[in-house]
Amino acid sequence: MRTVNAFVGQPIERLEDFRFVRGRGQYVDDLARNDMLHAAILRSSVAHGRIRSIDVSPARKIAGVHAVITAADLGTPVPLVPMRLQPMPEFEAFGQPVMARDKVRYVGEALAMVLADSAAIAEDALSAIDVDIEPLPAVSNWQASAANETLLFENKGSNVTMVFRAVRGDAAASFKDAPYTRRERFNTQRHTALPMEPRGLLAEWDAARGRMTVSGAAKVLFANRRILAKQLGLAEDAIDMIEYDVGGSFGARGEFYPEDFLIPFAARHVGRPVKWTEDRREHLMTMNHAREAACDVEIACTRDGVILGLRGHAFVDMGAYMRTNGAVGARNIAQFMSGAYRVPNIDLDVTLLLSNKTPVGTYRGPGRFETDFFRERLFDMVARDLGIDRVAFRRRNLVAADEMPYAVAAIAPFPSKDELDSGDYQATLDRCLAEFGWAEKTKLQGRCIDGSYHGLAACCFIEGGAAGPKESARLVLETDGTLTVYMGSSGVGQGLETAFAQIAADAMDMPMDRINNVFHGSTTYVSDGYGSYHSRSIVMGGSAVLDAATKLKAAMCAEAARRLNCGAAEVLLADGRATAPDGKSVAWAELAPQPLSIEGAFSNHKHTWAYGAHAAHVAVDAKTGAVELIDYVAVENCGRMINPLTLKGQLVGAVVQGLGGAFLEHLAYDENGQLLTGSLADYLIPTASDFPQIRGYVMESHPSPINPLGAKGAGEGGIIPVGGVIANAIADALSSFGVEPRDLPLSPSRIWQLIQDARQ
Amino acid sequence: MPVTFEVNGKSVSVEVEPRLTLADCLRHHLRLTGTHVGCEHGICGSCTVLVDGAAVRSCLILAVQAEGAKVVTVEGLSRDEGLTPLQASFRKHHALQCGFCTPGMITTAHALLSEEPDCDADRVREVLSGNLCRCTGYIPIIEAVLDARAAYKRGGTGA
Repeated sequence: MRTVNAFVGQPIERLEDFRFVRGRGQYVDDLARNDMLHAAILRSSVAHGRIRSIDVSPARKIAGVHAVITAADLGTPVPLVPMRLQPMPEFEAFGQPVMARDKVRYVGEALAMVLADSAAIAEDALSAIDVDIEPLPAVSNWQASAANETLLFENKGSNVTMVFRAVRGDAAASFKDAPYTRRERFNTQRHTALPMEPRGLLAEWDAARGRMTVSGAAKVLFANRRILAKQLGLAEDAIDMIEYDVGGSFGARGEFYPEDFLIPFAARHVGRPVKWTEDRREHLMTMNHAREAACDVEIACTRDGVILGLRGHAFVDMGAYMRTNGAVGARNIAQFMSGAYRVPNIDLDVTLLLSNKTPVGTYRGPGRFETDFFRERLFDMVARDLGIDRVAFRRRNLVAADEMPYAVAAIAPFPSKDELDSGDYQATLDRCLAEFGWAEKTKLQGRCIDGSYHGLAACCFIEGGAAGPKESARLVLETDGTLTVYMGSSGVGQGLETAFAQIAADAMDMPMDRINNVFHGSTTYVSDGYGSYHSRSIVMGGSAVLDAATKLKAAMCAEAARRLNCGAAEVLLADGRATAPDGKSVAWAELAPQPLSIEGAFSNHKHTWAYGAHAAHVAVDAKTGAVELIDYVAVENCGRMINPLTLKGQLVGAVVQGLGGAFLEHLAYDENGQLLTGSLADYLIPTASDFPQIRGYVMESHPSPINPLGAKGAGEGGIIPVGGVIANAIADALSSFGVEPRDLPLSPSRIWQLIQDARQ
Repeated sequence: MPVTFEVNGKSVSVEVEPRLTLADCLRHHLRLTGTHVGCEHGICGSCTVLVDGAAVRSCLILAVQAEGAKVVTVEGLSRDEGLTPLQASFRKHHALQCGFCTPGMITTAHALLSEEPDCDADRVREVLSGNLCRCTGYIPIIEAVLDARAAYKRGGTGA
């Protein structure tokens, strides 16, 4: 009696680990070509100014320098980085030129590029370039931006690039005569994804064939190819984007940056391979920033804690330009202010403002980390005002399982309707509180033990996933009966090879070790691919694997039927053989005298909604403002688990990233627009000794109704509620002082200051 | 200028600029690309290698300073086939995701466990606090290193 495969759902150790733990991963900077040149990029040290002149002639004279490129060499107009998501015409005028020509608008903007025999020579030559910039006043925060006294784009007359509006029901009516309202202002700080691998590219131009190969592309290779083809005047199929191992993305790595044009352009310019690897200082001043938002929000409730409405206005600092996905965070703040909760009436404006700082893009849980901080902070204040238990307040307002699908606020002017797909939000909250030991720990709330004040908090969250429109997969039955999988999804370190091998093995009902390899990302593997963002790979790519497997099995059955003289529907595919009703069989290997290649796809315009709850226990030293995280529990339900081992790994990893945003990480600028945190000694991320007690629990139930796997995207959820949970736990600990944190990060000095302010 | 040292048991002689870091020498001159460079200022620990048994940031020493030294990289802590107990423990505990920091974690943990096979969790956390990981949150890395102690306790090298 044979059993049906069930690799999906098992905590299978990762296939990709064999190369990583032995130092055999291959990242882009590991690549080398014999005649390769190295690029280095001169970056503006002025935040805002007019370029008077750039004299590169001294740099050209340095031995080993082959070319120095400025915007003047790039043609007119200088290509702009286009919007990939929310490509609205209103944004076009605010696109980033791939190199500054007339104006610089942030510290780090590219001014010139040197190509030399070695990276060291190229960097030496940068210091020989003479740049004259007439400084202009810098817009260093959103308030200065909103004043419109200094404009980044003078011809536009305003620093506002867009106002998103989220509307549901009738907020004005809900606030009129509301028994209780409260209005608060909150701020989240600018920080960044900071993948451990710096960005890099290797571009090779084949002049004879008119072909460009770009190695080191990541995340959205097909989209980036479309952009690059247009900019270089090449056909899309004249460009191959090649994905190697990628040392983390978290949303930031793999978007189309200015360098994604400059390095291929340079390779064609000099007719030699060109490699570029950024250093960490460059990374901190050029890779997408995120999360800088201010929110003025008001809530209306009944006296027994039923939410009637939310309204307000948020202001998001976009930095100097609108980059590929720069509007996503702001849009999400507008649309997901209500989170996992039933909020019948919403009216929220989100204004996108330019400043003389690095442009922003998505970072894991874009907009959701911010808005969860705003909302969950507000909820704890409301519960305290109304004398309602904080958990009970949340329970009263969570969207119920039988209300699904539940429509969230609609967004204008970029039309996007959305609805929560499925789930039992109360159940994940129950699990979280049970694992945390909430009932026993509540007696610690606000108590001072050995000089430290103890506090607790619990919050619920939702995580969007599965962005459409489509994903592709190709399965190849090899001549030896093994299977090779090719994916349009991109690997950024999340373990796709293992997960897709599990899904493919189950779909084909074959052993995982008969799957040779899972190839992903590169534009050479499938006809079209959409990549890895918005927690979409498993849902979209996995569903495409199912489609390809169905088609491949049909083709195998048809071929077997022909050979076995039976109907295709009568053929049984099992144990590596195709068997007819009369018992005659043929091996899979024999069905493929040539490799049998079948492409499948999955199209979808709805989103999945994973969900869960987090709880934290902190102890705050009132003398120093230092916070010890004593316990942290995170629970997430993703409908259907593919690999609980990697799922839990991403959950815990995301929590710790969120703790970085809650406590440590801050891209600080001075009033002149100078970045003050340009090294990892200044920009602090969590270390192994900071947060030793994190417990993650992954669950599955209520599979998503919108895809055949029933899965929900789940790579981002762990980060989303962390800022709100931590701030609420600190507020709880310091309730005897009346401390209410309204700004992140919660550094010791900020907490100490809040205590001093409260004492006065 | 010329520099001669031992890498993973083999003597190598390289002609280098005096300013070349050991990390760049290993990666680009000797093509041992398992050693990763994440920050070039001694914070992230991705480039950690063993120099005469001690865990050292190869971005913070020059290649010429390695003259006469015994250098071991992650490749030197690996077998041709299969995984060492430390590597297998990383895999078992899902102590890596993108894999970029992993060679530095492996070399640092190997140096620690070779010296202190009885170290406790706090000690592991203290030592590994000099190696940044952005994916895992460190919890599974600590578990993996603690679980690998047994292979070092029996007087084995773990490698």
